[in-house]
Formats: sequence, C-alpha cells, structure tokens
Amino acid sequence: MVETILEVNDLHVSFPTYGGTVKAVRGVNFTLKKGETLAIVGESGCGKTVTSESIMRLTTGDIVKGAILFNGHDLATLPEKELRKIRGSDISMIFQDPMTSLNPTITIGSQLIEGITQHTHKSKSEAKEVALEMLDLVGIANPSERLKQYPHQFSGGMRQRIMIAMSLVCNPSVLIADEPTTALDVTIQAQILELFKKIQKETGVSIILITHDLGVVAQVADRIAIMYAGKVVEIGNRQEIFYRPQHPYTRGLLRSVPRIDKEEEALIPIPGTPPDLFSPPKGCPFMARCDQAMEVCDHYYPLTSHINDHHKVDCWLQDERAKKVTFATKG
Amino acid sequence: MVKYILRRFVAMIVTLWLIVTLTFFLMHLAPGSPFNQERNTSASVQENLMEHYQLNKPIAIQYVHYLNNILHFDFGESITLPGQTVNDLLSRGFPVSFELGMLALLVAVISGIILGVLAALKHNGIIDYIAMTIAVIGISVPNFIMATLLIQELAVNWAIFPTATWATPMHAVLPTVALATGPMAIIARLTRSSMLEVLTQDYIRTAKAKGLSPIKIIVKHALRNALLPVVTLLGTLTAGILTGSFVIEKIFAIPGMGKYFVDSINSRDYFVIMGTTVFYSGFLIIMLFLVDIAYGVLDPRIKLHKKEG
Repeated sequence: MVETILEVNDLHVSFPTYGGTVKAVRGVNFTLKKGETLAIVGESGCGKTVTSESIMRLTTGDIVKGAILFNGHDLATLPEKELRKIRGSDISMIFQDPMTSLNPTITIGSQLIEGITQHTHKSKSEAKEVALEMLDLVGIANPSERLKQYPHQFSGGMRQRIMIAMSLVCNPSVLIADEPTTALDVTIQAQILELFKKIQKETGVSIILITHDLGVVAQVADRIAIMYAGKVVEIGNRQEIFYRPQHPYTRGLLRSVPRIDKEEEALIPIPGTPPDLFSPPKGCPFMARCDQAMEVCDHYYPLTSHINDHHKVDCWLQDERAKKVTFATKG
Repeated sequence: MVKYILRRFVAMIVTLWLIVTLTFFLMHLAPGSPFNQERNTSASVQENLMEHYQLNKPIAIQYVHYLNNILHFDFGESITLPGQTVNDLLSRGFPVSFELGMLALLVAVISGIILGVLAALKHNGIIDYIAMTIAVIGISVPNFIMATLLIQELAVNWAIFPTATWATPMHAVLPTVALATGPMAIIARLTRSSMLEVLTQDYIRTAKAKGLSPIKIIVKHALRNALLPVVTLLGTLTAGILTGSFVIEKIFAIPGMGKYFVDSINSRDYFVIMGTTVFYSGFLIIMLFLVDIAYGVLDPRIKLHKKEG
C-alpha cells in the first residue's frame, strides 16, 4: 500500500454573498498518495478550483466544515503563520492563467528567488543557483539571461513553465495544478503535460491536477475524481473510470468527448445545467439531468458504494435495491 | 534612452516657446497698462515710461526682442518695483515657494498613500470609512477655506501655531497642511481603488501561494503596481500644488513666487508676469518629464526608447 500524503475529509466551503450563501463545496472526500497524479474533473462551477484553493486556504470562501490532513497537520484549522511555512514549500500551486499569475513589475529571477529565501536559509546567490537549475529543468534556454527579464518578455507557454519552476523551487511533496494547460494552445499543452510527467519522475512529487479536459486526464492521471455540484461523485483509477464508469454523470462526460478511434459516432451532450448552489437539492444533485433517476434520488443523497478497492461511486443505481434496473447505455 | 531624453528635450523647448508666445500676446491683448493706474500721470510722463520699457514699439518687435532676451535668461526688470530684475524676484521667491511646495507634496504623497493603503486593507471596515471621509472632505473643501479655518482654530483659538509669515518650521505647518489636504485626498482615493484592484490580481494569489508574509506581499507585490496610476497623477498634482500655493502664499503672507505672480497680474507688470509664467511652465514641464522617467523605471513594460508599449 502506497503511503497517503494528503487526505481531504468532508470538506465544506461556502461563499457568503448578498443573495445568500453559495455552497460551492459540499462534503468532498479524497486522498492523495505519494508520487501519484490525481485528476479532479468536472464542468465549470462544480467546485474544482475552490477545493484546490481550500487545500492551501487560498480561497476567498469560508471553510465551514471538514479537515485537510497533511503531515499530521489539519490545514483547515492550522494558524495562518504555520500555514505560511507549508505554502510554497511542502505544497505549492500552479494557476490557470500564466499571463496574469506573474507579477508584471518584478523580474522572473526575483520572483523565483523570493520563494526560495522565504523557506530556506539559503543566501541570495545560492537561491539563484537553485532558480537557474529549476529554469533549466522546465526547459527554459539561457536561464541566466532569462532571470533578469520581466514576465511580459515571455510567451504564455514560457510563463507557465516559469510558474512550474517557481512551484518546484522548494522541492514540494504536493503540487496542485489548477487547469495548468487551459489557457495554452494545444501543442504547448502537450509539452506542459510532458513536463509534468518528467518532473514527477525526477522528484516523486504528488500532483493534484484540476481540469475539465478528459483528454489531459487520459494522458497523465493515475486516479480520477469526478466532481459534480460540489461533491466528488465518483473516484477511481484511470482504467476504472475510463472503461467501467458507474455514475451516469461520468458516463455522460465520456460520451461527450470526441474519440478518434470510433468513426461516425455522434457526441451526446448532457442535457440541462448543474443545480443552483444557493439551494442545492436535498437528494442527488445530478437527478434532474439523469435519464436513470429514481424516486429515491429526489429525497436522499446516495450512499457511497465501493465497486472495488480502487473505485468508489455515489449513486443509488449501485444500491442492492436498485439492481433490477437495466442499463440502456452501451457502457 | 538617450535618444528619448533628447527628443523629449526638443519637445519641451517647443512647448515652452508656445507658452511664451501665447502668454505674451494674451497679456498684451488684455486691457490696461502698467502706468495708468491710481495716479494720474501726464501724457509726456507716460510716453517717457513707455519709451523706457520699449513698450511703444510694434508688438512684433517687442516679441522678438523678448524672445531674444529670455534666450539669455534675461527676464527684464520689474515695472512696479523699480530697480529689481525679475531674476532677483525669482531667486528670492522661488526657494520659499519650492520649499512650501515640496513639503506639501511630500506630506500629500506620504499621508495619501498610507491612508489609501490602510483603507484598502481594511476594505469596508471602520478605518476605510474614516479614511474616505477625510478624503472626501479634503477634496471638497477648497484650500483657501481650509487655510482660513486652520488659522482660526489652530492659530487664533488654540494658539498652537503662528498665524502667518515664513520663518521657523512651526510657521510652515499650517500652510503645508492647507496646501496638502486636497492632493492628499486625491492620492488617498486613487491609491485605495488601485490597491483594491491589485489585491484581487492573480499574482497576489501566487505570492500568497509562495508562503510570503502579508507585509511582504503588500510592500513588494501590491504597492508597486498600485502606485503606477498615482505616479501618473503626480505631474498634474504638482501643477495643482504650485497654483494652489499662489493662494496659500497670499493668505499666509509668505514671500514666495506666488505673491509676485498675483501682484504682477493686478498691476500689469508685464515683465514679472512673463518671467513667472515662463519659470513656472519650465518647472512644470521638467516635473512632468521626471514623472515619465519614473514611470518607466517603475513599470518595466513601458519602454522609453521604443514607440510601442
């Protein structure tokens, strides 16, 4: 059994607004194992980013309930000062938009170095060595020249490489990447994903990859968590999720992705929209869009069913009492 | 960079020439002359005076003559204060005005930025409301009202500060405060809104994710970006403080340039009007130039030697 490095238990995050409280994350559970890549997948507004930002308490929402266990600390309640020692050193984060995530008025070098000197006792010149090494690792040519440059002198892909280098300077054990390739064009996406694989191989870092792109997931993820309306509805390793999806939402997602190996198969969109998180439904949030919905789905949130050791799903169809239902889908 | 400075320098000269020309002709268009005021002087005396100051020549000749003079930094002689050249007045008045202006600018910038940053950090909190109330008062109350109010309360009723004139540092307090409140309020409001915007930027989140302390994030990452619009404003604010100081100098009887400037216009003292205008314009143009240079230093995206941003 591989060691678990991060554990999120029953995480609830809410955003108080004038119109009411948005319950963006409503009881998320998952674990992250050493050296693996966990992908969190879901459509816009399902709580992926809020979940990932909550791990480092960078979210503007309130963590209402739940625990985030890392190295014996609960990050949800750890004092701010203690948390700062973990941010950027043990856990680091890469954001979606590399164009705005770097400070435009400070050189790349200074932005890299400040992260190092913050967490280690290295001198400025030692820190600079580390920065150079990291730029080299992420594939930036001529690093010593580049250190003196400003973000606007780099392309989008290059900036994302710099963000990655910046996240790696303190040798973190967990790297959270929030849609790291969404803002990049496809060829650059592939390069960045390759880079993630390479880094993981060299440093053994565990990666949480937030994305809505199943193509990206298929390339790099070891395990996949499917999120819907603030909950993880299905979680399992890549094989299980891609070949034996159990939740109707997961199936819907997979059906809506174009595949190059199957000719003339029409893409089937999932009808409807996710529920309003001001007043989330009492039962299964996917019920309104689900073609296999039952009476019970309206009243109770499904219990978690363990398909096997590597696969869990929250769906009433898995309940013994629902076994009579036959699937109309090809699976 | 050198090329840029050279180009700006040429532009500055042209601007100054335009100001000189415009002021010169506007001044002569205005009715009245330096000599037909209270005293009734005989026609021959008037003519002699006109002759002495070469005011009887055609206006075009006077203009060329004047241009030639200021090229040699000769601004002429005061008409109402005989025996004193404009250069004398400037060298006597300017240091005082400069001191007052710079003090006020310093006070305005420092307190404005502090007020703005505090307001932004405690957004919608009690500090924010207090700071913004001060700012609104600062913007809405004209400086001559502020000045008389300060004199009435702090100099007359409480007798903490001297009422007027320019001698000890204590004398400088009231005029500086009166002159600084307006610009301070403007800077505070701008800093606040700019800071609020910067604090929501992605790179602030990046800085937090690095584990930097809040103070480091504010000073290193937020403040510099938030101050860019403030720096842009500094040029115009300097102008505001300079023109504001005319009034303040008059109220506090400070022997600065403002006093000569206002008096010279009332008495149609042509040479003093021209001299002070040219001097102020030149000073302002240089200040604006310095602001542009500072902007380029603060924001690396602005390249001074290239045309594209």
